[in-house]
Amino acid sequence: MAISLDKLTGFHSRAMQVRTDTMEVISGNLANANTPGYKARGVDFQKAMQSANQDRQQNMTRTHEKHFEGAMQSQASIEFRVPLQPDTGDGNTVEVQAERNAFLENGMRYQASIQFLNGKIKGMKKALAGGQSG
Amino acid sequence: MSLFRVMDIASTGMSAESVRLNTTASNIANANSVSSSYDATYKARHPVFAAEMQRATEAQSQGSGVQVLGIVESQKPLQIEYSPGHPMADSNGYIYKPNVNVVEEMADMMSASKSYETNVQLADTTKRIFRRVLQLGQGQ
Repeated sequence: MAISLDKLTGFHSRAMQVRTDTMEVISGNLANANTPGYKARGVDFQKAMQSANQDRQQNMTRTHEKHFEGAMQSQASIEFRVPLQPDTGDGNTVEVQAERNAFLENGMRYQASIQFLNGKIKGMKKALAGGQSG
Repeated sequence: MSLFRVMDIASTGMSAESVRLNTTASNIANANSVSSSYDATYKARHPVFAAEMQRATEAQSQGSGVQVLGIVESQKPLQIEYSPGHPMADSNGYIYKPNVNVVEEMADMMSASKSYETNVQLADTTKRIFRRVLQLGQGQ
């Protein structure tokens, strides 16, 4: 029976991908905290995870060098945030404190995913070594 | 690897905020620069920020950085003062003072330095997470 590495680490690596996307979106929000008219966005983790699990391989094949690289990333999971304070005077909806907390939380969950992956890799290593140390 | 994009975005935020700090410093430094004509007088400068949508689309990234579109001079009226004894006074005895509001500039400076700090912390957290990723699967 072949060992399926995708089954071993697949879920967590996809979760980490979604977490990285979330980090990007939040860092974009924080960088634009003073941009007039900027609307804060967020990632719906559940939706993003669903689409990541469904369409893993949707990259288009390039048969000519002038073809575009069609790496498909579903944008459906990115949504505008609903601000607590509707009017800030310049149309900006970034709430810095909320975004910072979201970034922190996302980072913690990312590290949790790393922890899980580490555990899985450790388990697999142990199985490969047949329980012997070294 | 899109963790690098987070660093990129944080650095666009830092450079934009430092432009803002720069203009604030220039405004405060020139708050009392008197001159003898309307055109030659220093006018308060402020940067205009905009989201970097174009680059975000090209890099296929989810978040967008910030860019400084340009720096605009304030259109507020200058303070014109009648002071015939002043060495810079024009033929009618008037001097022209910049339209810099020092209190506003100080508030702007605090906001800019706070935002700068936020971006630095963002980059720092990303760096730590990155290090953990690099250590994945090491050790027993």
